[in-house]
Amino acid sequence: MNPIPPISGLGSAVALFLAQFTGEHNSLHPAGPQASDIEWLYWVIFWIIFVAFILMITGFARAAARNRTQAAEMLPIMSDPEGDRRATWAVSSAVAITVLTLFAVLFMSVITGKKVEGRTSTNPITIQITGHQWWWEVQYPSPQADQTITTANEIHIPVGRPVVILTSSADVIHSFWAPSVNGKRDLLPGYSSAFWIQIDKPGTYPGRCAEFCGLQHAHMGFSIIAEDDNTFKQWEQQQLKPAADPADPEAAHGKQVFATHACIMCHTIRGTDAGSRMGPDLTHLGSRQMIAAETLPNTRGALAGWIIDPQRIKPGNHMAPNLLEPDDLQALITYLQTLQ
Amino acid sequence: MDSVRQRPVLDVSDLPSVAFGRSNTTWLANVFYMMIEGTMFALLFASYFYLRTRTSSWPPIQAPPNVGYGIANGIVFLLSLIPARYAQKVAPTGNRGKIQLALAGLAVFAIVNMVLRGFELANLNCRWYENAYGSIVWSLIGLHTGHLITEFLETATLLGVSFTPKMEGTRLADVAINSDYWYFVVVSAVLVDFLIYGTTRFL
Amino acid sequence: MNMALSEQIVIPQGNAELRLARTWAQPRGFWGWFMNVHHTAIGVRFMVTSFIFFLLGGVLAAMMRLQLSRPENGVLGPDLYNQVFTVHGSTMIFLFAVPMMFQGFGVYLVPLICGTRNIAFPRLNAFSYYLYVVGGLLLWVGLLLKTGADAGWFSYVPLSGPEFTPGKRSDFWAQMITFTEVSALGVAICIATTILRQRAPGMTLNRMPIILWEKLVISMAVIFAMPAVMVVSSMLLMDRTINTQFFNPSVGGDVLLYQHLFWFFGHPEVYIIFLPGTAIVSTLVPVFTRRHIFGYIPIVTSVVATAFLGFGVWVHHMFATGLPQMSESFFTAASLMIVVPTAVQFYCWLATIWHGRLQLKLPMLWVFGFFFVFLIGGLSGVMLASVPVDWQVHDTFFVVAHFHYVLIGGALFPMFGGLYFWIPKITGRMMNDFLGKLHFWLFFIGFNVTFFTMHFLGLRGMPRRVYTYTPEMHWGGLNMLASGGALIMVAGVIVFLVNFFQSRATGRLAGPNPWAAGSLEWAVPSPPPHYNFLELPTVNGREAVWDALPNQPIVTGVRDDIPEVLVTNSLDSEPQHKDELPGPSIWPFLTSIAVSIAFIWSIFSSWGIAYGAIPVVITLIGWLWPRGHSPAPRLETRMEGTWTR
Repeated sequence: MNPIPPISGLGSAVALFLAQFTGEHNSLHPAGPQASDIEWLYWVIFWIIFVAFILMITGFARAAARNRTQAAEMLPIMSDPEGDRRATWAVSSAVAITVLTLFAVLFMSVITGKKVEGRTSTNPITIQITGHQWWWEVQYPSPQADQTITTANEIHIPVGRPVVILTSSADVIHSFWAPSVNGKRDLLPGYSSAFWIQIDKPGTYPGRCAEFCGLQHAHMGFSIIAEDDNTFKQWEQQQLKPAADPADPEAAHGKQVFATHACIMCHTIRGTDAGSRMGPDLTHLGSRQMIAAETLPNTRGALAGWIIDPQRIKPGNHMAPNLLEPDDLQALITYLQTLQ
Repeated sequence: MDSVRQRPVLDVSDLPSVAFGRSNTTWLANVFYMMIEGTMFALLFASYFYLRTRTSSWPPIQAPPNVGYGIANGIVFLLSLIPARYAQKVAPTGNRGKIQLALAGLAVFAIVNMVLRGFELANLNCRWYENAYGSIVWSLIGLHTGHLITEFLETATLLGVSFTPKMEGTRLADVAINSDYWYFVVVSAVLVDFLIYGTTRFL
Repeated sequence: MNMALSEQIVIPQGNAELRLARTWAQPRGFWGWFMNVHHTAIGVRFMVTSFIFFLLGGVLAAMMRLQLSRPENGVLGPDLYNQVFTVHGSTMIFLFAVPMMFQGFGVYLVPLICGTRNIAFPRLNAFSYYLYVVGGLLLWVGLLLKTGADAGWFSYVPLSGPEFTPGKRSDFWAQMITFTEVSALGVAICIATTILRQRAPGMTLNRMPIILWEKLVISMAVIFAMPAVMVVSSMLLMDRTINTQFFNPSVGGDVLLYQHLFWFFGHPEVYIIFLPGTAIVSTLVPVFTRRHIFGYIPIVTSVVATAFLGFGVWVHHMFATGLPQMSESFFTAASLMIVVPTAVQFYCWLATIWHGRLQLKLPMLWVFGFFFVFLIGGLSGVMLASVPVDWQVHDTFFVVAHFHYVLIGGALFPMFGGLYFWIPKITGRMMNDFLGKLHFWLFFIGFNVTFFTMHFLGLRGMPRRVYTYTPEMHWGGLNMLASGGALIMVAGVIVFLVNFFQSRATGRLAGPNPWAAGSLEWAVPSPPPHYNFLELPTVNGREAVWDALPNQPIVTGVRDDIPEVLVTNSLDSEPQHKDELPGPSIWPFLTSIAVSIAFIWSIFSSWGIAYGAIPVVITLIGWLWPRGHSPAPRLETRMEGTWTR
């Protein structure tokens, strides 16, 4: 378990405190127009309700201080028609102001909603996201089957270009949410829907599943990697290729291990016999930064731990433990790492 | 220790101890009960139309239910309003013979309704496990059948009570209230019939 | 009142008191406990049982805070954590909030405030209590057997459906719903009938205390909202047990149908929990400012409007599903509009305090806690009503923070205020002032530390219902802070328990009206006798005790040798007739057992409900079969009944 980092002094305490409010995974640190529009609306409403809160609390505090008595016995009941008359005016005006303010909020909310949802673009990128328990299938559909990219959990997009996300689910309801990019959208079985995202600064933007989806809802992350056009094109070209045949003998042995063990029951590696769609497509696993839906870094050690006992890392997930001989395991990992 | 005080009073000793119609408390509770059940029917009706929007044809794969027994049962339901109304009319008089006649008539109608309902179930041309259409149709008719059986048991119990000396006072009001509930069963039957026999033919 | 008042009648009291005590006596002993049908006994049972469920739900909350206090903590695994948060939510909503705020306070107080001797349909009322207990036990036995419901308190399909939750977990949840909703519906009928038919003469609609208005409105909301959750939980159960296909998209079923039906119940449910809180506030504010409440009619209108609008906002729980923009705008407008009636109530309370003489006694302290906490929750609700902001904060800890501010602020703070206010009536003894204030400050500070923090966690991207998180997310510090606050809240609740047991044993005697309050429950001894009122009262104003004439008339002529109550009409509470209420009986308990067997059987066998119906029918006939224990009503008056009115 991870202990809390030791605090060496006031400075690091403050830094630690501030770290709780910053970061890329944050609704209030927008990286694109959709999240910015929502952030603007958030702050407008925030200041409106902040003022309302201060006014009301001041009102209650003053009312309480005004005629407070410390008498132990309960006082007699007073009759106060004059107070009622004056209160009628005050309450009516307050109600009128409330209604007008709410109309303003409604207006801004509808306008912002239209801005976030309604975008047009002549050449958007289209990405199909399918939710699975507990990972994300990512497809860049194309009319030609061999031009379709299939990957998992890592979404690459070019900076500054509008992207349409199409949603669907293979099992239960999930919700796609990258806070600094846009609000969330549910992935419903039996429904498909579409929404826009756009990122204006290169970088890696984390996201998570936001709708409770079972045992490993907590470990269902993804990331959106925004990169300049050239890098994105290179990535695209690389992803379109089938897996290369391993040159190295250990990797070749690893390929055989993959084909003769349970791996092949669920995973696809294009260019080999493995073609099942139950689990994530592993054709370019080596190019990803994280594994197990952003749970572990893509390192030899993490891969080994994951392959041997995924149930220890994500209890309840749909991958069974694999009791491989040490040699087979090493070869398999070497092979997987060649899948760039 | 009789403390004796003098104060003005509102003397209600002359008020009756049984009320028929709207001021009866059980009548009010029965209205609430019908509101609850009515809401349930309304929500099932809404679900029916909602599910309709999720497929292209309706019924999706099955043939519409055979309409014959449905029409027959609908007519019997409408005719059963006669003994129900009669029971409501004779209840306040306390005339035991007439009340027995009315309740017995109502019970006979309910039995005929239940028998016909059995034939209806056999002619729905769908099963609840086949698809959502089958599920909602069976739920609609099942919920209504539950009400029909409940109402039959209530009528039969009242009929049993009417052969004892206890059929007096507030029990007479219960006979009248029982008829109100029967009206509810008839109205909901007509609506359910319209949905499962009618809308499946043109929706 | 068109009835002539006969002047200056001499009433001998002593004998009447003995006769009433004998007529309204409730049986004692082990079996007597199951036969008791008096509303004060049943009301207290609802309160005590639901408070026990509150403590149990609180234990689960503490377990969750322990698990989340550090990243990758291993106290609870995902399976247990999911059961814990599901049962926590279900317990707090279905087994605590509604049974306490609506059933507990309602059953205990409504007949007293109406000025009558028992609730209408006392046996249905007792039956509702037993069903509620069985429903609660069902959920908790499941958890203790480690097969607790684990799909969240709203158990969305398809996750809760047959494919993704095999076993009996969701079935326990769905049947718990059936039990508790039947219970709430039964009590709603009892309370609404009592209010509409058994108010003291003179308590016209225009003079009805706000708390009665609220209980009437909530009863109606229960009657129209609860069927939705019963329909949807039955559909879920049928999908799971007899293979119906309501929610299976591959054969025409639809997962959003579940959400529509659930939230058509779920949002009014929020107001079913919150309006009783505002009614307690509207009751306490005039007592502790020593003046009539300002804005009686606007407040009553607001209560009615809130319940009404509450049925038009359910879709704001589904903004993230991708609905058409037109419907989003409509439901945003409705959700913002519902702020107005609550704002009206706030302004009226503020005006009352402003123009009154505040005596800041313990119950009133909790009312001020309510003002602060609920204000934050209500205002953050404005954010959630706005669709784009909702897309960001929906299903995150921001929402967790929001609804705890609304529900703990709107229900728990008024509830504690109400308990400190009415416990002297229930037990006859005052609560300790110092411990009460300690409880308040611990709870208030702990609450704000725990839940205000969660707003930041939500904005920082922490989704709700995660059993753990990685250190890289930097959520550890705020979570540790929130968990620390939870500890302070727990300490506060322990202080309350100490205070309760201590004051019950040794507290100062309260007397009939320790707060010099104005409604009729304060006109009877503390605790009230089983006949409630020795002399049935008449009413001369909105605050019956304050507004009573020096020589306020009483009602005579209601028999004291049988359990008879006066029935008045709904609008102007004119006496209409007298009704004999049923006395103690074991049949409601037996019927509830038979119904429970049928419901639980249906989880395990599709024919369970059919076979189980047989004992239900037998016990129901036993319950309803008339018994000739009381003299026949006077026949000569029967024909003058109001049949043709």
